[in-house]
Amino acid sequence: MKIIACVKRVPTTEVQAKVAADGKSIDTTGFEYMLSFYDDLAVEEALKAKEKHGGEVTVLTLGPSDASKELREALAKGADKAVILVDPSWHTRDARSTAKALAAKIKELGADVVFTGRVATDRDQSSVGPMLAAYLGMSCVTDVVKLELAANGGNAQRESEAGVETLSFPLPAVITCDKGLNEPRYAGLKGIMAAKKKTIEEVPAQDVPNASQVLAVELPPARKEGRIVGEGAAAVPALIAALKNEAKVL
Amino acid sequence: MGSYANFRQLDYFQLDDQFSEDELMVRDTVRSWVTERYLPLAMEHFENGTFPMELVPELAELGVFGPTTPTEYGGAGLNSVAYGLICQELERGDSGLRSFVSVQGSLVMYPIFAYGSEEQKRRWLPLLASGKAIGCFGLTEPDFGSNPGGMLTTAVKKGDEWVLNGRKMWITNGTVSDVAVVWARAADGVRGFLVEKGAPGFSAPEQKHKFSLRASITSELVLQDVVVKDSARLPNGNGLKAPLGCLTQARYGIAWGGLGAAYACFDEALQYTKARIVFDKPVAAYQIPQKKLADMATQITMGQMLALRLGRLKDSGKMTPSHVSMAKRNNVAMALDVSRVCRDMLGANGISLEYQVGRHLCNLESVITYEGTHDIHTLAVGQELTGIAAFR
Ligand SMILES: Cc1cc2nc3c(=O)[nH]c(=O)nc-3n(C[C@H](O)[C@H](O)[C@H](O)COP(=O)(O)OP(=O)(O)OC[C@H]3O[C@@H](n4cnc5c(N)ncnc54)[C@H](O)[C@@H]3O)c2cc1C
Ligand SMILES: Cc1cc2nc3c(=O)[nH]c(=O)nc-3n(C[C@H](O)[C@H](O)[C@H](O)COP(=O)(O)OP(=O)(O)OC[C@H]3O[C@@H](n4cnc5c(N)ncnc54)[C@H](O)[C@@H]3O)c2cc1C
Repeated sequence: MKIIACVKRVPTTEVQAKVAADGKSIDTTGFEYMLSFYDDLAVEEALKAKEKHGGEVTVLTLGPSDASKELREALAKGADKAVILVDPSWHTRDARSTAKALAAKIKELGADVVFTGRVATDRDQSSVGPMLAAYLGMSCVTDVVKLELAANGGNAQRESEAGVETLSFPLPAVITCDKGLNEPRYAGLKGIMAAKKKTIEEVPAQDVPNASQVLAVELPPARKEGRIVGEGAAAVPALIAALKNEAKVL
Repeated sequence: MGSYANFRQLDYFQLDDQFSEDELMVRDTVRSWVTERYLPLAMEHFENGTFPMELVPELAELGVFGPTTPTEYGGAGLNSVAYGLICQELERGDSGLRSFVSVQGSLVMYPIFAYGSEEQKRRWLPLLASGKAIGCFGLTEPDFGSNPGGMLTTAVKKGDEWVLNGRKMWITNGTVSDVAVVWARAADGVRGFLVEKGAPGFSAPEQKHKFSLRASITSELVLQDVVVKDSARLPNGNGLKAPLGCLTQARYGIAWGGLGAAYACFDEALQYTKARIVFDKPVAAYQIPQKKLADMATQITMGQMLALRLGRLKDSGKMTPSHVSMAKRNNVAMALDVSRVCRDMLGANGISLEYQVGRHLCNLESVITYEGTHDIHTLAVGQELTGIAAFR
């Protein structure tokens, strides 16, 4: 089985975002990066698919050259190959332009199944996965929390507050991975040593102009300071009064 | 609640630049494991005086048992700097966790690798690397700690067999071990033997009532006419220099481990004092706390440089036992000092096991004693400088 995991490096969760001088982007100085949480799930699911069906796992990212650190970790966990579609201005690409460039490379590599995260934790768009499926003409199931994969299709579960949905789909397919699908493994020390021998291919990302343009970026308004109405059981009457009269939720 | 989940390691001098990408990946992998898998259990095991044996398969899967052992014997073939970073990260969790791994790798796998027969290596190293067997190292006796050369445990040869008699004390992992590396006095000097669990006359009762290294099992080893085959003797290690060679390996890891404990305490105190308001300002806004933080950061940074240089010397084959003595002595004493200061900076919370500082402080009282006491390493460095041994 030819398996691809598409991953993205995102700023670590401790990063304090600042708007850049142009008012349209985020100032990235001092940022540290990690793999997006949901993309870790995509890598894990790809490795599990290989363990079950054999074949080869390629991790694919569109990003800067130094995304190699995140890819190296996926290789240490057991991925066979890694490819960076290099674009120094990767973080200003819109979802469509990213998906087009990824799809072009996936076509070239060939894939039976492509895993992506449900969403990248930086821009929160949830778009690249479904767009990939459209550009590649593959079936697509999003936000998957449970997956059974067979040689030419599979069953997947999606979950929301409204309930659980079970679907069947044919291969080739794009699956976007949600929390709960799996528990990502640690890269073992032997894996880290073995990854040193694996190469990371770097090729320029296809140039696709953005269709949408960012006009402005603003930080959310500062939250109003909270108010403590009292402590313990004694606070309950004041709390109820405030919820009734001020918040008007009761 | 403790602050370990948001841990940020002090790196005042950008020493991360000095490590290779894979050394950092090893460090970060073990760091995440400790944060996610070990630290949530640390308080409970410390309080109960138990080691989380259920984590042994995960530790093996990570590959931390004897990681510098060549791959043909089940190791990961890592360099010594990476091994040091592993010890550092494990001790950021707890000295007991690092002790478990130090003993298994440096004190059990290392002597089998360095002094064992090919048959012993083929049998034991893969079992120990995969955590399917646990080992311990029996050198210290009730009356001989700093001076193991005085040991009373004896090994008497009878035909193709040896008869072992004696008592060992303070042996990490003794009770849970499948194999004990026991050092005993034979007619021609100190010899090492592999004594298996269940051998008639051999027992390993646990030593209770410790206030330090509580999340680690410590045991006596009792040997009463224990008979082992000559094939259980480590054939290539003769004399006291054999166990001392193992200790050099373990102490090397402890020099790094001290850093890990210091990082945990320093980071916790830094986070705490920035958040804790006293007299309308954070504790960290006052001069006395800032002086403490500045002093500790400086001492930790110097310890980092010592450990890093020690590791590079080891990997280039230039490290000597006296280098290790200086680094173990300095970094453990530094960590103990840091843990005491940080404990104070947390006020009453500093004595609660909900925070890490108190646990590290108690643990480091063992670490400064075992693997050569602080004063014994002082004498080792003194001897190196003067050429005069002041031990006796
Ligand atoms: C939790 C724990 C785990 C341990 N695990 C192991 C293990 O797995 N295997 C093992 O073999 N041992 C183990 N040990 C034992 C440890 O190595 C010894 O405790 C250590 O070597 C010190 O020996 P001692 O306790 O007999 O102290 P002593 O040697 O009696 O020392 C007492 C004091 O005298 C000082 N002193 C000793 N000699 C001199 C001298 N010549 N000049 C000046 N001062 C001196 C020491 O510095 C110390 O302050 C462990 C100990 C602890 C606490
Ligand atoms: C076992 C135990 C029993 C106790 N029993 C009692 C009891 O019976 N009754 C009772 O009322 N209390 C009791 N206490 C509480 C004890 O008195 C307080 O813990 C103590 O006053 C310190 O306060 P804190 O813990 O809030 O620390 P903090 O005041 O938060 O101090 C934290 C750190 O900041 C430093 N610091 C604080 N202010 C400044 C400043 N202005 N400049 C520079 N540094 C500063 C402190 O020296 C300390 O290092 C007990 C505490 C313990 C541990």
